[in-house]
Amino acid sequence: MTENGFLHHGKVLTLDSMNPNVKRVEYAVRGPIVQRAVQIEKELREGVKKPFTEVIKANIGDCHAMGQKPITFFRQVLALCSYPELLEDNKFPEDVKNRARRILQACAGGSIGSYSASQGIELIRNDVARYIERRDGGIPCSPDNIYLSAGASDGIMTMLKLLVSGEGSSRTGVMISIPQYPLYSAGLAELAAVQINYYLDEAKCWSLDVKELRRALEAARKHCRPRVLCIINPGNPTGQVQSRQCIEDVIKFAAEENLFLMADEVYQDNVYAEGCQFHSFKKVLFEMGPEYSEKVELVSFHSTSKCYMGECGFRGGYMEVVNLDPEVKVQLTKLVSVRLCPPVTGQALLDLVVNPPQPDEPSYATFIKERSHTLAMLAEKAKMTQDILNQVPGISCNPVQGAMYSFPSIQLPPKAIAEAKEKGQAPDMFYCMKLLEEKGICLVPGSGFGQRDGTFHFRSVMWILKVFFIKKLTAAPFGPVKTDSGSFVPIGRFH
Amino acid sequence: MHRLQSVAARSLMAGALDPCPALSAPPPAKRPNRGGLRLPAAGVKRYNAAGAPAAVAAAALVNRKARDKTLTMETLNPQVKAVEYAVRGPIVIKAGEIEKSLQEGCKRPFTEVIKANIGDAHAMGQQPITFLRQVVALCTFPELMDSPSFPEDAKRRARRILQSCGGQSLGSYSASQGVDCIRKDIAAYIEQRDQGVPSDWENIFLTTGASDGIVNILRLLVSGAGRSRTGVMIPIPQYPLYSAAIAEMGAVQVNYYLDEDNCWALDVNELHRSYQAAKEHCQPRVLCIINPGNPTGQVQSKKCIEDVLHFAYEENLFVMADEVYQENVYAPDCQFHSFKKVLYEMGPEYFNSVELASFHSTSKGYTGECGFRGGFMEVVNLDPEVKAQLVKLLSVRLCPPVAGQAAMDVIVNPPQPDEPSFTQFHKEKAAVLGALADKAKLTEQILSAVPGIKCNPVQGAMYAFPQIFIPPRAVEEAKALGMQPDMLYCLRLLEETGICVVPGSGFGQREGTYHFRMTILPSPEKLKVLLEKVRDFHMKFLKEFSTLEEPQCRVQA
Repeated sequence: MTENGFLHHGKVLTLDSMNPNVKRVEYAVRGPIVQRAVQIEKELREGVKKPFTEVIKANIGDCHAMGQKPITFFRQVLALCSYPELLEDNKFPEDVKNRARRILQACAGGSIGSYSASQGIELIRNDVARYIERRDGGIPCSPDNIYLSAGASDGIMTMLKLLVSGEGSSRTGVMISIPQYPLYSAGLAELAAVQINYYLDEAKCWSLDVKELRRALEAARKHCRPRVLCIINPGNPTGQVQSRQCIEDVIKFAAEENLFLMADEVYQDNVYAEGCQFHSFKKVLFEMGPEYSEKVELVSFHSTSKCYMGECGFRGGYMEVVNLDPEVKVQLTKLVSVRLCPPVTGQALLDLVVNPPQPDEPSYATFIKERSHTLAMLAEKAKMTQDILNQVPGISCNPVQGAMYSFPSIQLPPKAIAEAKEKGQAPDMFYCMKLLEEKGICLVPGSGFGQRDGTFHFRSVMWILKVFFIKKLTAAPFGPVKTDSGSFVPIGRFH
Repeated sequence: MHRLQSVAARSLMAGALDPCPALSAPPPAKRPNRGGLRLPAAGVKRYNAAGAPAAVAAAALVNRKARDKTLTMETLNPQVKAVEYAVRGPIVIKAGEIEKSLQEGCKRPFTEVIKANIGDAHAMGQQPITFLRQVVALCTFPELMDSPSFPEDAKRRARRILQSCGGQSLGSYSASQGVDCIRKDIAAYIEQRDQGVPSDWENIFLTTGASDGIVNILRLLVSGAGRSRTGVMIPIPQYPLYSAAIAEMGAVQVNYYLDEDNCWALDVNELHRSYQAAKEHCQPRVLCIINPGNPTGQVQSKKCIEDVLHFAYEENLFVMADEVYQENVYAPDCQFHSFKKVLYEMGPEYFNSVELASFHSTSKGYTGECGFRGGFMEVVNLDPEVKAQLVKLLSVRLCPPVAGQAAMDVIVNPPQPDEPSFTQFHKEKAAVLGALADKAKLTEQILSAVPGIKCNPVQGAMYAFPQIFIPPRAVEEAKALGMQPDMLYCLRLLEETGICVVPGSGFGQREGTYHFRMTILPSPEKLKVLLEKVRDFHMKFLKEFSTLEEPQCRVQA
């Protein structure tokens, strides 16, 4: 603004004047590389010649986009909920109709178009609670502790929002794994909380070591107040499945250090490796006895986007809170009420996930067939990914025990690192950009998830790692690639 | 100020007025005395196990003595604590409890709770628009494309949407901004609505209901500290999403008052007054307008919108236009004018400079599809770099629900005259809007006839916001209970008639005036009964608390 008023109409909202916390947010999974991928897709459509004909987006765990088919039963019930006239259509099996009727009866006015309670439809919260009890071998779960959410991300952000307070050295510190799923770092940046990194051990299959937790905590105490410990199990992007012992150690640590535990368990049905098993934090907590189960504050997240259903677009999910202070719970309910309710179709879908067809119901056989097929394909691809990538010199890939991603470490030649630096890019970003430009494959660089200094990775959704893709990635070498600064020394076939 | 009191009211409510106290939820349990003997011992044990430096452990020990939970009212994010959202506040929680007690057989002077607190059309019996649901069902279960019972135009819409979805499935994530083809349809719809004023689809962002868009734009705008903290101008009365979001973000709420005597019109002089006063303690950067008004139901004139835009231009304010009720205009002499169109007509000097975000939703209008959480916003003159930041911010939440996006598409791309569903679609749409217009009139008529109630015409939106006279003795009693007088009134109304409305204090009102917000959504028969019950209650209430004064509404200064 100037005195004469001529520059008065500069913008109100500029990069300089905007919320600085938002500016700090980074979300690599949909970051610059993905924007470039979209641009390339557009160029291809416009007829620009490229060394490939389609962009393969392996940046995000988006199963249906990669050709996975929806579970028929789920979609049938949702169609009936959307258009109840179909209840008269005899082409739909009875169990589908029963499920749809049951959900609609729980909606105000019998319509999925009405708002639900802020916490989610009561009937569905009851079903979720029973599902958790079955999963955890009978450990009780109260529907009052269940909050439905718009995908797991929504729940995670809401809980972080509650937990962030204080200023300066008493500002809330949140411990997150490195590598992490960047929702966490983005959420923390937005809320101006302090991010506390603890590193997973790549040499030990990305396992979590409590000593490292302790180190990270003690270091952080100097400049913030650590109050929250986030765990992703099975790991994203790292694919490890935590052992029961390790979970117990983590819970003990949280109890000792008075940390609020956030367990991101959205991949709980995605465990592939022999000898690995998913253990919920809730179950382990309760098996550790009342000293822990009555004390440790825990929230666990789940979603309809992953597992065998992969229904990302419906934005369904839930969280279970354990040992949350009753007054804080009232505050949580108030906070979620401002957004009115999670999408009701997503809630309906979640109900089907926690309450699938039973053996005596007509849709059971098809449902089991579809589910097993998807999970078997995932297990097979997990194995294949790791086998093929590990054959490539300069790439080393831990076993993909669970989740949907491989996160191999890649060795980059010094020349490439130098060129990346010149361009002001992280070396693995430079690498992934080149891969995108030359092969049309979109991966997310490890730097978007965090990694130990001097190591480089990428995350790829293994779901789409069809044989042709693997071949493209490995057999068709990057190099020697002529670039301005010379050529990459091909490290084996990959580079 | 009302915040403190309604917090107090919440804890008082559980028993004060409840004939069935055993069935209602207990007030939040007083936290057990933290500390005690067990804790210090555990603390020492922890110290040993941790092997932490003594100083750190000692500090931690002191800390642990004070509490054993990590997250308590003392450590909770204070901005979250400050959030209030009356539309789903204490009175609605109470209504839920009463509903439950009725189901469990508790005797009440009524048999059902009528929730007139929220604009939830389907819950009130409004039927969905057939075409919209057909398209969504087809998108959800594409095998239905082969079914002869679905019309061709619904199938065409569904195919087109699915072709724009990854893997042709509603189950894939969309782009963070929303599905491309739907964004294009929205831009075309806006151009048509605004008689040719250009709309660029790249300025359209799909959202999870309008609330999501509003919160995200506010999030971008809030910055600074102390006197340079962002001030956000909002109408009083307002829709409490605004005050809630402002509290959550620690922004400064700047109130401007609508003129109740002038049918809740917005007066630019009042904007000036409010702006000048706020400049003393914050930096006002945003002006929020709700048109048609929620909870006040007024429809802004074109002249008034021009004045507002001129003011925003002069004072360099970012304009947020909440236009979710754009289809809900009932008064014959009123018409919806979009801020975008008026801005355009004011000439390039304005159209190329005033930053504007406009919000729309699937939840209102004639569709009332609240549960789908569909909506969009259009941004105008947003700095390109900021736009990139917005896309990034939205990307963290991945995407709005895709079924809600599909529902939005139907609204902006309804059946055309040459399509098979056209007739039925228009019949259904006209029926809903016609009924709403009748109910708007009915509500105003019945309420205005009650002594001690004054109700402005419901020109648009879905609510009446009548002013109620509350006798001084009732005001005193409310004060003694630590609650707002209109909260007491609404609680009594709920307890005695089963009607759930929201006290005016939840929306903000001029000091010393009292209101409530009720929706006009119940069926005409039900609405009539409801309004008569309100009338009878009001008369009884006046009598109970009467002094010698004649009941009358206070005239505002």
